[in-house]
Amino acid sequence: MIKTDILIIGAGPTGLFTVFEAGLLKLKCHLIDSLPVPGGQCSEIYPKKPIYDIPSQPEILAGDLVDKLLEQIRPFNPTYTLGEKVLKMDKISENQFITTTNKGTKVKSSIIAIAGGLGCFEPRKPLIDNIENYEGKGIDYIIKDPEKYNDKKVVIAGGGDSALDWTIFLSDKARSLTLVHRRNEFRGAFDSVEKVQTLKNKGVIDVITPAEINSIKGDNKLKEVLIQKEGVFKNVETDYFIPLFGLTPKLGPLSDWGLEIENNSIKVNNSLDYQTNIPGVYAIGDINTYPGKLKLILCGFHEATLMCQSAFKRIHPNKKNVLKYTTVTGIHGFDGSKKESPKSTIKAIK
Amino acid sequence: MNKDIKLNIIDRKGKTHIIQAPLDMNLNLMEVCKMNNIGVEGTCGGMAMCSSCQCYIISDHKLPDKNEDEIAMLSESFYVKKNSRLGCQLFITSELEGLEIKIAPN
Ligand SMILES: Cc1cc2nc3c(=O)[nH]c(=O)nc-3n(C[C@H](O)[C@H](O)[C@H](O)COP(=O)(O)OP(=O)(O)OC[C@H]3O[C@@H](n4cnc5c(N)ncnc54)[C@H](O)[C@@H]3O)c2cc1C
Repeated sequence: MIKTDILIIGAGPTGLFTVFEAGLLKLKCHLIDSLPVPGGQCSEIYPKKPIYDIPSQPEILAGDLVDKLLEQIRPFNPTYTLGEKVLKMDKISENQFITTTNKGTKVKSSIIAIAGGLGCFEPRKPLIDNIENYEGKGIDYIIKDPEKYNDKKVVIAGGGDSALDWTIFLSDKARSLTLVHRRNEFRGAFDSVEKVQTLKNKGVIDVITPAEINSIKGDNKLKEVLIQKEGVFKNVETDYFIPLFGLTPKLGPLSDWGLEIENNSIKVNNSLDYQTNIPGVYAIGDINTYPGKLKLILCGFHEATLMCQSAFKRIHPNKKNVLKYTTVTGIHGFDGSKKESPKSTIKAIK
Repeated sequence: MNKDIKLNIIDRKGKTHIIQAPLDMNLNLMEVCKMNNIGVEGTCGGMAMCSSCQCYIISDHKLPDKNEDEIAMLSESFYVKKNSRLGCQLFITSELEGLEIKIAPN
């Protein structure tokens, strides 16, 4: 079992910045996210788009903001469980929780910070009969372990960046690769579209457009997909079918934890510390609601900061804490690293 | 001058909402649905990147053509019909007076 001071559910910008504020108070954090990478909406929905309202950053790409946050929190050695969804939370004593993921990972913590944003990112599944029956048996919506496609027959569907990127990545690994999209046009980085065109021209991959997967067949494992192109049907034998139609956030399991929910968000006490109706469980960032709430990155950062102060008091009820500026105290990483502001020079001028 | 138009919106549960939408706030249809709690997520904030505001146009209003982003997103969405549009790409103008829409499943 993993043990930590604060378990953070959700590694979006709010969850990531929580590690920093907790670290200043010498509290350790573990993060869990259903996505295979940290960054939440910034990584999943708009990594290459600019944000203009982060204080002191006139313009920053969402992906770069995540990279900077990861760099900022590195000294505090956060640990991660990625690609797993938190299903269950048990309060075992006043200051102890055990959280369990869908893969059985358990984390014991004194505090839970729910920074789950709009919810768990879950794949958008195409409307194909029986598709559920083949999930994990040839149908994958997210690529977690690319090696498994080595020397296999693979069909990818989708017309965005992830369909293009994975087509390029797997083109020289899979035995055969077919990309299917409803239109001839793809929406992705120019460079990726060009690369896929070259792979098609060289005969390395097959690109079928405008077309879609009409149905799938198999026994206890996927065997073939039926591709419909302009009214004509074609069976294609395959080991894997990977529909990449993006992910959509779902509040999911969090809604059954006895938390007060309003409009798909968790109600918190905003005049104090963003605690929920369960003491020791906080909700910060896009996932919470209170009068006047704004779902902005900047607001998530603020909420994380106040929440960590309150968490410190719960964990150390007898310790006093005074606010210290990072400029004055520097950053003392859990990894032994140190950042300090240079001392001023004191020297006589003769 | 009248600064509002009337819209007829059927939500995902089949309930009809008669909505007054202001013309002077540079709103789109997704935002109007959100403001009126019609159960539209608008996850991407209006960048034609998520299709959570997909709706079917029921009345025979002449609407502005789809831009490239909207066409691309609809081509990756589900439950798409001939009359599908993304609410976030339809701006509230006087031409939309009396528009009838139904929110698509998500
Ligand atoms: C296109 C777009 C443009 C935007 N532009 C701006 C902007 O200009 N300025 C601005 O301030 N904001 C902007 N936002 C909003 C901003 O991205 C969000 O406010 C921010 O991402 C919220 O951060 P968060 O960490 O609270 O949640 P999220 O980023 O949503 O991260 C939450 C994470 O929690 C995970 N999670 C949830 N439940 C579970 C569970 N049970 N188990 C495991 N993991 C779970 C999710 O998978 C997700 O990765 C924009 C959003 C979009 C989509």
